[in-house]
Amino acid sequence: MSIALLAGPPAAQGMERYADHQRRLGALPPATELIASIERSGLRGKGGAAFPVATKWRSVASQRAGAPVVLANGGEGEPLSRKDRMLMEQRPHLVIDGALLAATAVGANDIVLYIGADHAGAMQAMQRAVSERPGSERARLRLVSAPVRYVSGEETAAVHFVNAGIALPTSIPPRPFERGVDGRPTLVQNVETLAHVALIARFGEEWYRSLGVAGASGTTLITVGGAVPQTVLIEIHQGMTLADAVNIAGGITSESDAVLLGGYFGGWVESSRAWGLSLDADPLHRLGHSLGCGVVAVLPSGRCGVIETARILAYLAHESARQCGPCTFGLRAISAAAGRIAGLTSTPGDLERIQRWSGLLAGRGACHHPDGAAGLLASAFAVFSGEFTLHDDQRRCSIVNTQAVA
Amino acid sequence: MSDRVTLGIDRIKCDGHGVCADLVPELIELDDWGYPIIRSGAIPQSVLPHARRAVSGCPTLALRIQALAARR
Repeated sequence: MSIALLAGPPAAQGMERYADHQRRLGALPPATELIASIERSGLRGKGGAAFPVATKWRSVASQRAGAPVVLANGGEGEPLSRKDRMLMEQRPHLVIDGALLAATAVGANDIVLYIGADHAGAMQAMQRAVSERPGSERARLRLVSAPVRYVSGEETAAVHFVNAGIALPTSIPPRPFERGVDGRPTLVQNVETLAHVALIARFGEEWYRSLGVAGASGTTLITVGGAVPQTVLIEIHQGMTLADAVNIAGGITSESDAVLLGGYFGGWVESSRAWGLSLDADPLHRLGHSLGCGVVAVLPSGRCGVIETARILAYLAHESARQCGPCTFGLRAISAAAGRIAGLTSTPGDLERIQRWSGLLAGRGACHHPDGAAGLLASAFAVFSGEFTLHDDQRRCSIVNTQAVA
Repeated sequence: MSDRVTLGIDRIKCDGHGVCADLVPELIELDDWGYPIIRSGAIPQSVLPHARRAVSGCPTLALRIQALAARR
């Protein structure tokens, strides 16, 4: 990959400065015909939903309710993901280029760079990158430090925070593309997606397609963690398999029965099936999986999937915005019961109850927080069914002796 | 055929009073915490008056009747 998101000077050198960025990639090209080019490139959103980027841009550009705004979403709430913060840390000018191009394409002047407050390195690099830009561009760019919360990267929550200082999701409609920042049509786009735009605008859709395979263009950032030497950020060509990604990350450090694909909003996959999966949104979706925001976490041997699932559910229940009843009470109850099962202290009916409750979560919140938790739990039932029964029926864990659950 | 409509709900406004399940039990049941589970799909003509009563009877004005195509 001579040209890619992470190409250029080594990450250890920190952010790529503006002069180096321009020398390496050339000046920012005009955004003429960019939406059509992005459409032909096949670029999909990298925030988790893999929504077609050109479709989103058209829906913003076609609004008539005031000048649009671009919100570059760098609020990376997923605990297992590192890609957005590291991209901003190392290649901030790609993100800014992409945001400027997107703004021109949808007719926006104002750009909000929304960055997680705990991504200190990313915030520093983005601030410095903005200061290196010419005054005409600086005047359009506004840095916003986003609260550290799982839901604060959700697009209505990001808009809500910029508008009112409250990083919680709002009811839809209206969606941000209809009414967002200052009530204006707003394009909320993940920072990695914008970085891809910066390269597609320079090198063309054909080049981008050639980096991937039919049906999945380009490259994508993946955070690989768990049973690998260390958590790493890698960039892969689309079409590569989960095994390829793990090998690039240094290979597995222990036997593993399962992989958490897509992070806390994704799901468990048996390792025997996981290794061969292409890390492409559509084929994964057809198989009932999700690449989410590009997380591959390999469950190490000696770790129990039931306990890990309960731990994640506890986190998700804690991170609920507590605005919608089914999420506030349902997710809390599911998390409590899953915790009892994991800790070998289940009460009669716990397992049946969480199976029934998890089926009632999806689609019953203003945002998809409960849907994500339900999907994760459903995948856990499928992959760890024997272990769930063992925990619940016999109060035994085949893997971990301790009863403590984090 | 008349325009097909469905029940929509603002989940943030809903406080789980449960009035709706009494007013239009044909379409709404309550979960273990008292929050509505709404039957998906078009509202049958015969049930529409009950649905309208539930919309106007909701203490937090969280319910609405909307075109079937609209999301949530």
